[in-house]
Amino acid sequence: MNDHLRTPPPVPPAAPASATPGAEVQAAHADVLRPVAYLELKAAALLLFTLALIVSSGLYLLYARGAFEATQTLVLTADDSEGVVVGMDMTFSGFPIGRVQRIELADTGDVRIVVDVPRKDAHWLRESSVFTLVRGLVGGTNIRAYSGILADPPLADGAVRPVLRGDATSEIPQLMASARELLGNLNTLTAQDAALGGSLANVRALTERLNGPGGMLGVLMGNDTDAKKIVVTLERTNALLARLDGLAARADKQVFGANGSPDALLPEVRATVAQLNGLLADTRTSLKKVDAVLVEAQAIGANTREATTDLGALRAEVESNLRKVETLVNEINRKWPFARDTELTLP
Amino acid sequence: MISRLPGLSFSERVWSTAQRWAVAWWRIVYLGAVVLVLVLSPSSYGRGTRKALARHLYLDTAPVLLGFTVLAALISLVLTRIVVVTALSYGLSRYALEMLIRVLVLELIPLTAALFVAMRCTIPNGSQLADLRRRGRLDALTQQGADPVRVELLPRVVAGVFACVTLAALSCVVALVLAYLGVYGFTLAGLPGYTRMFGHVFSPSVTLLFVLKTLFFSLAVALIPMAAGLHDTGEQARPDSELGGLARMFAVLLLIELASLMGNYY
Repeated sequence: MNDHLRTPPPVPPAAPASATPGAEVQAAHADVLRPVAYLELKAAALLLFTLALIVSSGLYLLYARGAFEATQTLVLTADDSEGVVVGMDMTFSGFPIGRVQRIELADTGDVRIVVDVPRKDAHWLRESSVFTLVRGLVGGTNIRAYSGILADPPLADGAVRPVLRGDATSEIPQLMASARELLGNLNTLTAQDAALGGSLANVRALTERLNGPGGMLGVLMGNDTDAKKIVVTLERTNALLARLDGLAARADKQVFGANGSPDALLPEVRATVAQLNGLLADTRTSLKKVDAVLVEAQAIGANTREATTDLGALRAEVESNLRKVETLVNEINRKWPFARDTELTLP
Repeated sequence: MISRLPGLSFSERVWSTAQRWAVAWWRIVYLGAVVLVLVLSPSSYGRGTRKALARHLYLDTAPVLLGFTVLAALISLVLTRIVVVTALSYGLSRYALEMLIRVLVLELIPLTAALFVAMRCTIPNGSQLADLRRRGRLDALTQQGADPVRVELLPRVVAGVFACVTLAALSCVVALVLAYLGVYGFTLAGLPGYTRMFGHVFSPSVTLLFVLKTLFFSLAVALIPMAAGLHDTGEQARPDSELGGLARMFAVLLLIELASLMGNYY
């Protein structure tokens, strides 16, 4: 076969005997090979075009894969990596800000999810940021970041944070059990002989009685006899009120009296008040007199105070005179010839 | 195929068919290796060959480039519309774009480009080669001391590969642009999200598979018709080699597509 490739059988089947095979092939070839203007230029341009297309596609792909971005690493630790795949996004407020670079098993059995976060988006992650790994019912797993306090210091490169797991599908069995229980309860409630049915029947009987002759009163009192008693009581209360009304009218008459009647209470009270007024005027006059007496007594007091002041001066004067007399007596005692001999005479 | 060999017993017919089948596949593999060696050796790009190469490169690619790009754009537009509207009605519009890129760029366009190049360039080139062989041009070249593989076959194969890659690349770019326009409209607002999603779809393994698939598609499309054109079918000298080559080419394309699907989704 290889020999066949290198040296094909030299038998041109359609070649006529008269013409040389080479000449015919040259003619056929000349038909095929029409000249193309600026062939090499066009071919080079085409090559360049394809090359540019492929290179720019490759560059765009590298850019899309984040090859030209400066990134920092964030390590999330979880107890289960189910649903996490390399290349998936980590979102913040719905915007992708990071990409899972690697998933590895730590020595402790935990899962380490290494996330590359571009430096330009890293400011959304703070020391207090919380990370969650949520598996939805539809669609893939999502890693989400929440930064409550954006004033906190930014997350350092290579920081290790635990990720909180929220699995919607894991709650399905529990949800189903609860739903089944709820449905069972509903079934029990709505059964033929259930309490709810009895209650509803009672409510219906109650409504019928409400609509009946006794109405609400009959329902409240339980039987018709008591309801009639209530009605009788009401009627008697009405009669009582009428009598009270008459009583009040009579009292009114007694207190205020009819026009010109002498036995009314109020005119007498008014006369008494007039007399009291006169008595009070007399009392006021007497008090004025007492006031004048008091003024005079005050004047007497003042005079007495003045007299007391003069007595002080008098006493001082007497005291000074007494001192002078004492001094005089002392002087006389010293100068007196019968004075005691005070000198000591030695024998 | 087996029944078309009269006058032979069943076992002889089976043997003969198997032999032909094995020979045909071996020729393809061997020719592929030869072409690969020639492509990589600098002596293949001498003055004479370079001219033929440039001519085939240009004539095989440029005339079909615009037509195929328009066709791919039309397909992309229609598919984008269908997928977006369907996804919207099911409330899955955030998956629509990713699905579009996967379907269009990763799967449909490389295959369509390869088939288009096969129909437009390499199958006619193969029959041209067969014609040249029948007319004795290859023998004449051999007698002149030239290698017919290097002179006639290599430029055609390289041109086929190049046309396939160029068409696929350009159509992929056009499809990407049209998918973006179909989803976001004439605005740049969706570009960051689109870029991110593009990066998400084209993970390293998917990119590698895509590149390999396109390359193998182009090689299959360029090589197999040439191999069929270069060799006759054997002792019967019937012109069924081109059709056989076509069948083999489709089989290889199918295998490559299957392998790429398995690589991507298993």
